[in-house]
Order: sequence, then C-alpha cells, then structure tokens
Amino acid sequence: MKPFAYERPHDAAGAVATVTADPDAAFLAGGTNLVDHLKLGLAAPSTLVDVTGLTSTEITDLPEGGLRIGAGVRNADFAADERVRARYPALAHALLAGASGQLRNMATTGGNLLQRTRCVYFQDLTTPCNKREPGSGCSALDGWARHHAVLGATHEPADVACVATHPSDMAVALVALEAQVRVLGRDGERAIPLTDLHRLPGDDPTRDTTLAHGELITAVDLPASPIAAHSTYRKVRDRASYAFALVSVAAALAVDDGGTITDARVALGGVAHVPWRATAAESALVGAPATDDTYRAAARAELVDARPVESPRGGTAFKLPLVTATLAAALRGLAENSAQEAR
Amino acid sequence: MTTASRPFVPHAVGTAMPRPEGPQKVRGTARYTVETPGSDALYLFPVQAGVARGRVTAIDTSAAEALEGVVAVLTHENAPRLAREADADHGVLQSSTIHQHGQYLAAVLATSSESAREAASLVSVEVVEEPHAAVLDEDSPDLYTPEALVVGVTDDTRGDPEAALAASAVTLRRTYRTPMEHHQPLEPHATVACWEDGRLVVHDATQAVSWTRQALAAAFGLDESDVDVVAQHVGGGFGSKGGTHPNTMLTALAAQAVPGRSVRYALTRQQMFDLVGYRPATVQHVALGADREGRLTAITHDVVDQGSKIGEFVEPAAAFSRGMYAAETRRTTHRVVPLDIGVPTFMRAPGEAPGSFAGECAMDELAIELGIDPIELRLRNEPEVDPESGLPYSSRNLVACLRRGAERFGWADRDPAPRARLVDGWWHGTGVGSASFPVPRFPGSEATIRATGTGDTAGYTVEIAASDIGQGARAALTAIAADALDVGVERIDLRIGDTAFGPAGPAGGSAGTTSWGATIVEAADRFRDKYGDHPEDGDEADAHTPDNPWAGEYSMHAFGAHFVEVAVHADTGEIRVPRMLGVFAAGRIVNPLTARSQFLGGMTWGLSAALHEESVLDDRFGHVVNRDFAGYHVATNADVGTLDVEWLDEDDPYVNPMGTKGIGEIGIVGVAAAIANAAYHATGVRVRSLPITLDAFL
Ligand SMILES: Cc1cc2nc3c(=O)[nH]c(=O)nc-3n(C[C@H](O)[C@H](O)[C@H](O)COP(=O)(O)OP(=O)(O)OC[C@H]3O[C@@H](n4cnc5c(N)ncnc54)[C@H](O)[C@@H]3O)c2cc1C
Ligand code: SF4
Repeated sequence: MKPFAYERPHDAAGAVATVTADPDAAFLAGGTNLVDHLKLGLAAPSTLVDVTGLTSTEITDLPEGGLRIGAGVRNADFAADERVRARYPALAHALLAGASGQLRNMATTGGNLLQRTRCVYFQDLTTPCNKREPGSGCSALDGWARHHAVLGATHEPADVACVATHPSDMAVALVALEAQVRVLGRDGERAIPLTDLHRLPGDDPTRDTTLAHGELITAVDLPASPIAAHSTYRKVRDRASYAFALVSVAAALAVDDGGTITDARVALGGVAHVPWRATAAESALVGAPATDDTYRAAARAELVDARPVESPRGGTAFKLPLVTATLAAALRGLAENSAQEAR
Repeated sequence: MTTASRPFVPHAVGTAMPRPEGPQKVRGTARYTVETPGSDALYLFPVQAGVARGRVTAIDTSAAEALEGVVAVLTHENAPRLAREADADHGVLQSSTIHQHGQYLAAVLATSSESAREAASLVSVEVVEEPHAAVLDEDSPDLYTPEALVVGVTDDTRGDPEAALAASAVTLRRTYRTPMEHHQPLEPHATVACWEDGRLVVHDATQAVSWTRQALAAAFGLDESDVDVVAQHVGGGFGSKGGTHPNTMLTALAAQAVPGRSVRYALTRQQMFDLVGYRPATVQHVALGADREGRLTAITHDVVDQGSKIGEFVEPAAAFSRGMYAAETRRTTHRVVPLDIGVPTFMRAPGEAPGSFAGECAMDELAIELGIDPIELRLRNEPEVDPESGLPYSSRNLVACLRRGAERFGWADRDPAPRARLVDGWWHGTGVGSASFPVPRFPGSEATIRATGTGDTAGYTVEIAASDIGQGARAALTAIAADALDVGVERIDLRIGDTAFGPAGPAGGSAGTTSWGATIVEAADRFRDKYGDHPEDGDEADAHTPDNPWAGEYSMHAFGAHFVEVAVHADTGEIRVPRMLGVFAAGRIVNPLTARSQFLGGMTWGLSAALHEESVLDDRFGHVVNRDFAGYHVATNADVGTLDVEWLDEDDPYVNPMGTKGIGEIGIVGVAAAIANAAYHATGVRVRSLPITLDAFL
C-alpha cells in the first residue's frame, strides 16, 4: 500500500475542487470497495478525499411524487425506508440482495454506483487485464469467466477486449426505475439518466463511466412511477446469500384485467459492463398476454445480439438460458401478484 | 507399555461442559498468535513470485531499503543459510529457482506493517520464466505411482475384479471429479519468531506445536530442546496448520537476521491460497459389479490426484472403498500428476471426503439401476469383518445409523421416482450417504500430572502439548483428566499448547482426544498408583502415549449416515438444502456441547463442499484466481437449512480407556454424495462433479 494524504473538505464543492485539481486523488465514501483496492495495489491514490457528510444522507420527497436519495445514504438505510419499500419494492429487494448487513451499513449510494468490476483478473496484479493495464490483454476471455458478460462486451481486438460485468444490484433496479443521477462538477451540477452513467467497454475498457475525473455524485432521483409499485428484483447466484449475481432481473409489470401486459420495465444485471436496460424485452412484452411464452420471447428478443464468453475455463454460455429462466420467474411472479390484487 | 489398570468411570465425560476459554474468546481477550507481544517488534511482508516456474536473475532492493522504517530486506542472495538441504517448500530464500506461483522471493522487515508492505511493492525482481504444467491431465506422461499413502498402501487388489465385473449381472462404471479446495480457517496462518542466544522461540498458529518444533529444528540444525513453540489459541486449522509451511520458515529465517528482535507475519487472505496447502483435485473412476439382488461382486476405485513437483501429499480417496462394503473382489489405486504448484496437504477428512463422494454416489446409481432402495442396498453389503484388514470390528454400527436415520428422517414414505415432486416451483428430492472414519492413535505424546496443595482439596496441574484449535480440546481434556483422577473438573488446571510440556501429537486425524486423552489417563493411573488419591503438594507423575493393545486385533472405525432433502428451482436451477440429518455411532461422546458443534460443523462443511467450494486454478498462470472470500465461496447461514444431529450410544471397550472414537471429520463424510443423490432424486439430473452448481440443471 502506498502512503496517501487524507482530506476532509468543508463542502462538496471543495471536494470537487481538490479531486479535479489532482489526477491521482480519489473520493472516499464507505470505503468498502476502494479500501480493498488500496490493499490489493489496484488503486494508489495520492489523496483520499473523504466525502462522508458532504453529500446528503437523507431521502426526501420530490414535488412530483418521486424521491431524492442523497449520495451519502447508506445502503442499509436506503433499503429500510418505508417509502422506498412501498413505492419501489424492486429497489429495496435489490439493496437487500447485495453484499452483507455489515457492508450495507457502510456502503453509500454514490459508492455503490461507482464500485468496480469483480473480475478476478482485474483484481490480480499478476495477470494481464486491459482495464487495469491498457493493452496487456484480457485474461478473462480464455479464463474463468463465470461472472462475465453476454451483452455489449468487447471481444476483439485483443488489446482492448473486456468482458467484465458491473457488479451492483442497486444499479440494476435504479436503471429499471428510470432514475436520474445528479452530478456536481467544477462547472456546477447536472442531471443525467442513470442509463448514461455507466458505459460499455468499447475501445477503452479502462473507463467504467462517463463521469469526468473529479465529478461527484450528489444524489439519485427516482421519478414518480405507478408501475414501480409492482416491481421486483430477482437475483440468481452461486449461493443463497452474500454473492454477486450470475444473472439478475429488475422488473415492473402492469397487466390489465384481460391478462394483457400494458406496461413493463426490465433491466438485467450480471450480463454487461453496465446495468442493462432491456428495452427490446420491454417492447416484446407490452401488448402481449402475460404468459410464460411471452416472457421467454421477450428474453429471446433481448438476447438477439448476445455473445457469451466461450472460454475453455468456464464461460458464460449458461447465462443465456439463465437470463430467460430468471426473467420468466420474475415476470410470472409479478403477474400472479397483480392478478391476486385484482381479485 | 501397559494400559490403564483401573476402569475409566465417566462423570465429567458425557456431561455438557462449556469451553473454559469461551468467555475470553467472546470478550476478545484470548490471545491469538499475531497478538503475542514481542520485544522490539518487526513486521514482515513478503515479495512473491508472479510466475509458476523460472529463475530470479536479478533482484533490486534499494528502493525498499531506502524507505523509512525498513530494517532489512532479505533475498536468496543475503538470507541466512538453512542448516541442511531443506526441501524446496521449506527451503525459503535459499536459491534463485522459482517452483510455484506465489513463492517467497524476498522478505521485508520494517517497524510497521504498512511500511513493510509498501517496501515489498518497491522490490523489483527480474525473472526468466520457464514453461510450467498446471493441468490435472490423467494422460500426463509425468503421472506416477506414489510409494505409499498416509493411511496404507497405494494400491490394493483382492481377487480378480475385472473378471468379476465382466461376469456381473449388473455393472456400473462412472467417473467422479472433485475440485481443489482450500481450508481457509478464519484466523490466517501467523508466526511470531525471535532468536535469543542461539535459541529460537516461536509463537505459531499451528495444530501441532511438536511438529512445528521438529520442522524448525531440522531446518535450522538445532536441537529440539533449543526451539520453543507456543500456540495458546488457534482460530481453526482443518489440516492446513498441521504441517509446517514456508510462512513459518520464512518468519524464523528473517528473525535470525535480527537476533533479539521479534518478527511477526500474518498471511493475507490472498496469500492463504498460495502457500499453506490445499486439498488436491481428484478424478475418480469407480466400477461396481453386483448380482440382481444387489450383492456386490466387485468394487474398483481408481484415483488420479493433483500433486506438486516439490512435495508429495496423496489424497487417499480410494481408501474409503477398502472397508465400506463387502465384495468378493476389489481394487483401489492412486496415481499422482505432479504439477508446478504448491504442495497439497491434509484437509479435514482427507481421502474420505472426496472418496465418499464417488463411492456413495456410485452406490446410489447402482441402487437405481437395480431398482433397490439405496439403504437396502447398503444393508445387503454389510461386511462381517473389515474387508481391508480381515479383522473384526471393535464396533460397527453403520446399519443402526442407517435404520435410525431412516426412521427419524421419514425415509419409509419415499417414492424413488426422480423429478416427481414439484412444490411452489421447486423440485424436491431426498438422498442418503454413509460415512466412516478410522480411529487412529498418534504415538509420542507426553502428559505430566502434578498435585498442587494437599489431600482432599488438592488441585492437579495437567500438562500436555495438545492444541485447541477451536474444537474444544480444553474442555474435553479437562473432563478426561477429572474422571481419570476421579475428582471434579474444578480441581483440574489444564495447560496445553506449549512445547515446554514435552512432545505431543497433533490436533488432527480426529485423533486428538484419543491420543492425548489416553496419555492423560495413563499419567493419572501412574499418579494414583504412586500417590493414591490424597497426594502431597508437588507429587508428580508422567506418561507417554500407551500403545493400544487391541490395535492388531480389531478394526476401529466410527460410522454414520446422512439424510438430506434438496430443492432445485424449476426455472433457474438454484439448489438449496432445506433439511439435513446426521446419525453417528462414534463411541462415547466426551462433551455433548462441543461434539454437537463438531457434527454440525462437519455437515455444514460437507454441504459447502457439495455446492460451493472450488479453488479455481488457472493453469495458464498456475495459481488460484478466486483468491478471496468473495470469490471462494463457503456456505453462508442462508445456505444451511434445518440441521439435525443424533448420536447412538456406543460402548466400545477396545478403542481406548475412554471409549471415544473421534468426531472431528466424520460429519463431512458422505454429505456431498447424499446431496448429489438427493439432487438426482429431485431433478433426474446426475451430477458427478463438485461443486454442484445451477448450470447443471438449466
Ligand atoms: C465481500 C463483498 C461482497 C459484496 N457483494 C455485493 C453484492 O452482492 N451486490 C452489490 O451490489 N454489491 C456488493 N458489494 C459491493 C458494495 O456494494 C460496494 O462495495 C459498495 O456499495 C461501495 O460503496 P462505498 O460507499 O463503500 O464506496 P467506496 O468504496 O467508498 O467507493 C467506491 C468508488 O466510488 C467512488 N465514489 C464514492 N462516492 C462517490 C461519489 N459520491 N461521487 C463520485 N465517486 C464516488 C470512490 O472514489 C470509489 O472509486 C460487495 C462488497 C464486498 C466487499
Ligand atoms: S474482462 Fe475486463 S476487467 Fe476482466 S480481465 Fe478482461 S479486461 Fe480485465
């Protein structure tokens, strides 16, 4: 571990100024991801700028019926909030499906969005990785890629390939619920749709997001959304708790009395470098009967361009049927619930 | 040597007794190795090889040495020489040869752990890489036949099994695979070492202070009497702290360079995947021949193990099949593929854990093939005498365990049809697996008993270099000593975990209580022979572990049976184990409280092996890549459903004076098979490779 300076500016603007001025400085929130990276030698910042207390730790009502979540809200508090549980159940489920109780007590909204991939080769300084060391190659392509992508990844050319996934559960639910992120930069605050925060690896896998260095996430806005009350999060993983998703689905569904789907929101986790908004699946769902055949067709529509990692040491081909199965399970559950409510 | 002359009458033994050190542990005042205070403490952090095979051509330590707080940087060029040609694993910093990924290439000593770690990252090493081998390939030209197993001969053939298989009414041939696994006790390996006036004093997280002393004395060319090893509290070991590993050698070697100062080193979780042993992966070919009634005519169990080029440990997986069931003919073999990786070692239920997966799954598959209930099939092949040794059993209650378990679990109503029970979107099934574990006794422990005070209220100090690694040795040995001296437990002052108390066997092989207990009983007997029950202050007697006079006359094993229910999600293939029952016949239970924990822990371990644990060795690099607890999964609370444990009363007069059999490992044996068998019953999908993951059911 390299020695670093530790600073606690008075306000968010001060934090932004400090980090913007120093390309090697980094924000520190709960530290549950960043401190691990310091120990692994993966991050070696000159200065840690502690933003604890500089962004809001409150969840407030927005005038049009939505909620504003401060970037400093701990994952545990976020999940426990009554408004979140009632109006955005998928989000509460997703938060509770992430990490462990201890970690959720530390982890913040901002840090959760910006946690980095768990790709084992990224975390291991002795193996090639284009994300960590540009141009060195992607060890996952022919490696242990159980947790890697099937959508939107870069398989070639070799010097920019990256098939990593974004590990956050919370972000998948937020993407399905059409959240906006508020970001403070040197030139003031801006709001961007969450779908524009993370980026696909393209030809530069070193960059996880579209943020400029020094931009601080201050809050996440959840729009008012009737359909969000009929939402759920289904996470499939290698053990019952305390594991990252192999595949996850955040979904919201509206079904009319005739059993026809009138509206749908779907996002997928564990499949891409970003929390994946499944717009093709949504289009396939709306107007169709709420049946297993529809759900499976929707999954197929989303996976048209899927490309699994075909690794001799464990690839991701199994995720194609798993996405379909998980989506079907999640949507079936939602449809059954709304049918019960209708009765 | 003689055996105990008076009968052992259990009073404290058999009664629930909390761990005497429990309150200390809960309050955090129990001192573990790395917390040992030391004079002028220095922290060690190593530099490790990033390739699996090659040579160090240059090593530049100047930047590290220039860092504030750094006292020394040791490499193969300047480290003290070990006394003799130590083997490659123990010969740390003795040559430029790299024989495994993660090997120690240098060690930084600094006044803080942070400086040591930073300095280590500043050491620059030039390496010439050489091609390495890391794939467990059964067709490898390097495949070899080891000379022996820890538990007997490498290969054993009785009769002509191939002819019997060819002539059998039913023949089953299957291949099963188990992965590399790491012990990963919660407390990482740690050592605090100090040299003073040519003597080496070491605090070490070890399961066997005597074994550590032996290894250190040999490596440094010292008399054992010039080495002290202490381990008061050890946070789990599971076999990885049985043998002595390079980390202990490195710390002692580094301390030699700074005499009078204590050097401490605790491994990071990642380093725990490199250098302190693992259970090797296995490929197991099993064939069973049987007549239509299910009587076995042949058992063959041929195992290929993952191994290391620099040291040998053979996972004796086929040994499980040597004694489990009767069969007219039998063959068990072991081969090893030597690789450019670290040295494997004992891991909880070595041999039995992977071997029972293959053996007990094969029995289930045979039962299905024959249309016979899997419990009935086992009953039909119950041997009269131990098929391996030909000796009668001191006691064998497998049948009783199976019958009692079947009753308690509700086996009688079981419909054998697979994929027939869908409840709320989950396929349910049940499975069974048998367990057995030998009752070894380690020779060479020494116990001393000394009276403190006089007469009826005299206390007894009982000294033995036993190890409490969390299994409850303090409680168990206190109870045994109290009964052997026929006094209450409050009069026993047990002292363990220090080579000052003489040599002692390890906490391992499920033999700790047997070996140490028999020694304490012998010492107590001598004490009472000499001084009666009203001793004077300072009266003292000692004893070495007595041989078991029945050892050549009876075969001694504990037995058990596991029953599990498995649910597999019909969409996603997620697999859960809502219910497990283990029934054991393991002799007299010394402490029901800690014994229950051992069985529950063993069963949970078995579940973890069945569904989760796998060290992913990336052969391109030669090291484990899922090297932390986020990547290397062990069962969490949420993975464990209802656990039910029962033990049968068993009175075995032959095993040892206390009548105990050892319970540390049998809880694991057969669990993975029971789960795989239940998963088949649930889904109709047979998985023959561990861990069983959801993709198998998609
Ligand atoms: C063992 C383990 C298991 C886990 N399992 C899961 C899981 O199953 N699902 C899941 O979703 N997550 C899981 N996590 C990850 C966990 O959710 C994240 O570590 C956590 O959310 C990060 O939040 P933090 O506040 O601690 O971030 P930090 O570690 O403090 O920061 C993370 C990154 O975000 C940056 N950052 C922090 N705040 C801001 C801000 N306001 N603006 C701009 N940049 C910022 C930091 O500079 C850093 O780069 C797991 C973590 C561990 C250690
Ligand atoms: S998938 Fe991405 S993060 Fe992982 S090794 Fe390849 S480039 Fe690195």
